[in-house]
Amino acid sequence: MNRRDFLKSTGLVAGASLLPILKHLPANAAAPGGTLVVISGQTINSLDIHRSGTNRASYVVAVNAYDRLVGFGTKTMPDGSLSYDYERIVPELAESWELAEDGMSMTFKLKPEATFWDGKPVRAQDVKWSFDRAVSVGGFPTVQMEAGSLEKPEQFEAVDDRTFKIHFLRKSKLTLPDLAVPVPIVINSEEAKKHATADDPLALEYLHRTPLGSGAFKIERWDAGQQIVFSRNDDWKGGALPAVERVIVRELPSQSTRRALIERGDAHVSPDLAAKDAKEMSAKPNVKVVGTPVENCIYVVGLNFQFEPFKDKNVRHAVAHAIPYEEIFKNAGYERGVPLWGGGPEVTDTAWPQPFRYSTDYDKAKELMAMSGHKDGFEVPLSISLDLAEWMEPAGLLIQEGLARINIKAPIEKIPGANWRTACLVEKRLPLHLENFGGWLNYPCYYFFWAYVNGHLFNSSNYENAEIERLVEETLHMPVEDPEYAPKIRRMIEIAQEDVPRIPLWQPYLDTAMRENVEGYEYWFHRQLDVRPLKLT
Amino acid sequence: MDTSSRLRMILQRLLQAFPSILGVIIVTFLLTRALPGDPAAYFAGPAASAASIEEVRRNLGLDRSLAEQFWLYLGDLARGELGQSISTGQPVLEEVARRLPASLELTLIALLLSCCIAIPLGVLAATRPNSWVDQLCRFVVTAGVSLPTFFTGLLLVFVFYYVLGWAPAPMGRIDIFALPPPHFTGFYTVDALLAGDLETFRAAAAQIVLPAVTLALFTLAPLARMTRASMLQVLGSDFIRTARASGLNRRAVLGKYAFRNAMLPVVTTLGMVFSFSLGANVLVEKVFAWPGIGSYAVEALVVSDYAAVQGFVLTMAILFVLLNLAIDIVYTMIDPRVGMEA
Repeated sequence: MNRRDFLKSTGLVAGASLLPILKHLPANAAAPGGTLVVISGQTINSLDIHRSGTNRASYVVAVNAYDRLVGFGTKTMPDGSLSYDYERIVPELAESWELAEDGMSMTFKLKPEATFWDGKPVRAQDVKWSFDRAVSVGGFPTVQMEAGSLEKPEQFEAVDDRTFKIHFLRKSKLTLPDLAVPVPIVINSEEAKKHATADDPLALEYLHRTPLGSGAFKIERWDAGQQIVFSRNDDWKGGALPAVERVIVRELPSQSTRRALIERGDAHVSPDLAAKDAKEMSAKPNVKVVGTPVENCIYVVGLNFQFEPFKDKNVRHAVAHAIPYEEIFKNAGYERGVPLWGGGPEVTDTAWPQPFRYSTDYDKAKELMAMSGHKDGFEVPLSISLDLAEWMEPAGLLIQEGLARINIKAPIEKIPGANWRTACLVEKRLPLHLENFGGWLNYPCYYFFWAYVNGHLFNSSNYENAEIERLVEETLHMPVEDPEYAPKIRRMIEIAQEDVPRIPLWQPYLDTAMRENVEGYEYWFHRQLDVRPLKLT
Repeated sequence: MDTSSRLRMILQRLLQAFPSILGVIIVTFLLTRALPGDPAAYFAGPAASAASIEEVRRNLGLDRSLAEQFWLYLGDLARGELGQSISTGQPVLEEVARRLPASLELTLIALLLSCCIAIPLGVLAATRPNSWVDQLCRFVVTAGVSLPTFFTGLLLVFVFYYVLGWAPAPMGRIDIFALPPPHFTGFYTVDALLAGDLETFRAAAAQIVLPAVTLALFTLAPLARMTRASMLQVLGSDFIRTARASGLNRRAVLGKYAFRNAMLPVVTTLGMVFSFSLGANVLVEKVFAWPGIGSYAVEALVVSDYAAVQGFVLTMAILFVLLNLAIDIVYTMIDPRVGMEA
């Protein structure tokens, strides 16, 4: 008698063998054309994007259940997949908008037929209340509004029920796109005010659990930690009515389980795959994997200027030549991304990210080390975040091997996720580290603003360069069409290549797996699933 | 032991538990604060400025002194509040009340399953040392302890869901298109039966089979081992020899005298395995998307979510006090010699 016979004889598997009759219908058969099942590894912790502590996964509510004044259009990528189009702003709640002659204000006309879920019309007063809330609530929403030069309630004016006006603090190309990110949602203010209290004038507690929007989907139920169910708002006026009637987003923490469900066909869409799964699943029948380079996002090696040897440019160049880029991209990135090494010697365009001129060349690296003030090498800890260990650990080990060849000893230091932000970005005390910043607004100047200006959050290298700072200030709000824009950007990229405080490795993909019968998937910079254009065929 | 002295024992035990629970409150409070990491920076989000981090810190009450924070926490506890978890955005009490039954249901079913196999297996192995049953017992014990639960779990998912398609999709406690039964005990299977809803019962039971089997395979080992060892010891003792010599039949010797006496250490082990597996469920919970208490605690720990960690430890402390009490009461029933003085 072997173990299996024993288990059978004792009835241990009896339970399992009863299961065939219990097996439920696969998702698509249960509700033809109607219900889309999405599985996600992250947990939604609030229905209000303005609340402090609301995590990234929760933006899916702001995206699908709320409307903004405007949204982004759609474009087709070279590989045929769809992406949002940051160059084209399209109406959502506003039907038109107009820049004042002096360029210092913008007037929006609201769609007259747009209503909230409770049937009340969307008025300019609602927009004003919502925007006031976003700029005064503090934390991430306020910071994001500031990026578009939207800083004070006085800037927002409800001229009449249908006319909303924004007074600019400065002319900036970032203002209009910043209105299309998930943060500036329009809330049913009349209803929200009923639930506001003296302690909580912004109704944060109420909106945390009860969304009051006008968006394409209402929230049917939210079982925190388990699932969120969206049902279509048939009166939606923000765009074309979504094809699916219901969307269930189930939280499944285990990657392997998510993969099994997609491959078996019990779920339709699984966003945000691990690179390894993306590579392997794309070979499976009936499963599509769509990978889109995450805009304005780069996986980099950061060299901290507070660490003595990294003040030496020869050392930085040596390090940039001693990184085994190709192997890292294969073994840590599973080739799901765009390589950012081995570029030409000259910066010829303003594309960003673009490959830097460095590539793996140990002889050159040794030469550079010999010319530096640190001929005999040194030891420096290489810090990685445990939250991002999936790519950082293999990448870290390969970098360690590469650096060992030029006499730099780099023991790996693993930092728990909760400490990572403090150590890497706030205190900026990690001499050698990996970093993954990506900017929501897709302009090189925006990336440089966050990552190359001294004291700014993502400048984890403590890099300081007066010329870059001047160029960032000049270009940040400048229209892209301005003839001075391109040369300034090229100059910025040139300095970044020469000084290399951040050594780019690759631009990662956002990978989403879906069943063959799911159409209309679109990449978004906020990396959350926009379920509105999805279709089941 | 009569009822009144048993009641006295229960009361006395509960009183004795107070200092230890107070200790647990103080120690967890201090330990969570000693965790590395800055929750304010974490929850302020990636693009937060220094000012917005300070704002979050103020909102969370983390700008106050430790003593002040502790005082406020005690005040909350006195009002029966466990605070609000920042990572899940829900009140801790509500979350624990929802997740604890999920874990308890899974653990209890798994333990029941493993007792049904481990105890007969252990007894058989002890009565026939070195026979094939004994070898089998050894094999099961070794396999049970050496296979990590997440591996067994994934293996079962692979075989019974992915390849054979017998088991339902491992999507948590209930099928994606079914609704949970009306809340009564928080155990879906029990609630569904109470509501007379056989279909929901079947759906909930189908979901729990694989995770329960996974956990049972893991808890089987200590129970079977303990049963076998304890049975062997009892069978070799004088009173069993006397019983046999007196001509009692095998069934009476085994069932009435040996088994009962061998049960004491098994019950102790059972208590330990139960408390251990409530916490060790984490990996099983992850694989099967089971919304239990273990994964909640781990997630909270990783992001320094103070209120959630404190609430979890306190709940577990209270649960253990009650569990130990229950085990002591079971003792007195199995063995009349065990009194509160003993």
